Amino acid sequence: MSMPFYVSPEQIIKDKADYARKGIARGRSVVVIQYADGIAFVAENPSRALHKISEIYDRIAFAAVGKYNEFESLRVAGVRLADTRGYSYDRRDVTVRGLANAYAQTLGSIFTENPKPYEVEIVVAEVGAAPADDQMYRLTFDGSVADEHGFVAMGGSAESITEALEAGYQPDLDLAGALRTAVEALSSARQNGEPKNGNGKNPEAESGTASSSMIPADQLEVAILDRGRSRRLFRRITGQRLSDLLTITT
Amino acid sequence: MSGTGSPGWGDGRLSPAFMTPGISSFTDFLRLHDPELLPSGRTMGALAGTTALDAPHGTTIVALKYNGGIVMAGDRRATMGNVIAQRDIEKVFPTDEYSCVGIAGSAGVALEIVRLFQVELEHYEKIEGVLLSLDGKANRLASMLRSNLGMAMQGLAVVPLFGGFDLDSGIGRIFSYDVTGGRYEEHDHHTIGSGSMFARGAMKKMWQPDMNADQAVMVALGALYDAADDDSATGGPDLTRGIFPVVATVNVEGYHRIKDNELEPLVQALVAARTGDPGGARGVEEGNKA
Repeated sequence: MSMPFYVSPEQIIKDKADYARKGIARGRSVVVIQYADGIAFVAENPSRALHKISEIYDRIAFAAVGKYNEFESLRVAGVRLADTRGYSYDRRDVTVRGLANAYAQTLGSIFTENPKPYEVEIVVAEVGAAPADDQMYRLTFDGSVADEHGFVAMGGSAESITEALEAGYQPDLDLAGALRTAVEALSSARQNGEPKNGNGKNPEAESGTASSSMIPADQLEVAILDRGRSRRLFRRITGQRLSDLLTITT
Repeated sequence: MSGTGSPGWGDGRLSPAFMTPGISSFTDFLRLHDPELLPSGRTMGALAGTTALDAPHGTTIVALKYNGGIVMAGDRRATMGNVIAQRDIEKVFPTDEYSCVGIAGSAGVALEIVRLFQVELEHYEKIEGVLLSLDGKANRLASMLRSNLGMAMQGLAVVPLFGGFDLDSGIGRIFSYDVTGGRYEEHDHHTIGSGSMFARGAMKKMWQPDMNADQAVMVALGALYDAADDDSATGGPDLTRGIFPVVATVNVEGYHRIKDNELEPLVQALVAARTGDPGGARGVEEGNKA
């Protein structure tokens, strides 16, 4: 006769958390960075159709790493929540804080109640009238929320990207400067981390020059919340405009 | 959590309706989650079968094509019986970047339908990542009207005029509707509302193929002037209060509302041209063109 094994609650939570972390670590990273006129979102994402960065509402955007189907359902829920709120009250009553709360509750209960936690990490950000009013919230798979300032990095190499951003980031960068900082940080982490293809070392990683091994523009997904626009502030930056912004030398 | 009017915000986790995949329409989502927020989700209750409500009505909207898009314009009056309910109501709205809608009929219901339609288009764009086609937008509006038929039967009819720039074919297009949700594509120009007969007559005489935007704006203003001349429910330009019609263009660059300070000289020129010639007989107003 077999006895069921006793597994302590601590162990269950730890196993779930490890599982979620492993899933997130497999994905490519995303950087969210404040600049003088708004908030920029930069992801390494070769796909043109499967977005990691999206518009939620007039002043609110969403960025995610991890499992696509899971963060996509969270994104859609966020759009529905924001539109329902804005429709039944007013557009100004849709706030990122409310959205972050709803996401936190949802992720938290999925983490505790479901056998399999969501393997996602998301950032929701709202651009304010001035840089001091900008808000960025980072949510992890277990529903914890962190209020972030300046920049956030998520994904597999979040730690090394954060180090690179700490070295390069200054408040009040212009858009080109912020994008360059973000892309350089993403690129440096890619070199230091595991090579994405082949089994040897990434040859570019040993050359040591940062600019020669920048992630090319067509491998990037970039969007901004631009304080200067009216009503819907979210805009994607693609193609020539993106290449131009990345090659401006400051 | 449905039916409470609460958008499910701040009271814990998102309800399963929010996480259901496959619905890109905001109206369809509300129907599942909170049908009372929809105009069609309300029952008229005790009011059913009584005589028509005395609610404000919007009046005349005109729309016409020009060589790069469309112009839509509406007067600023809302009436309640023989009373002017509002002098400066706006009845032409952008619905997304490349389309606009003008409304005639019961103002309260119409404004609600427009608001829902605006969210509907934006919601689809955000969820799917692409704009709806112009025909898709026109069809969505038709289905919203269809679900309003019950209210229309009680006198709260709404008749919109929809126009936009078709990015696929590169032309401006105009759609008219009836209360049952019938959708009809119009060629050249169309008018709706109580003053529409007079505006349409004027439009027939003034509209020409291949007009530019400035000419089309003048035609729209002239048609509204003619409607206000003969229809008591349509407001003419109010120079003493500085209330001018809402005039918007939609072209490849998107929706653009013409500002009041740009409109003022045009309206003044129109009024001057009509002084001593209230019907705006051709050859006087249009000078060399006749």
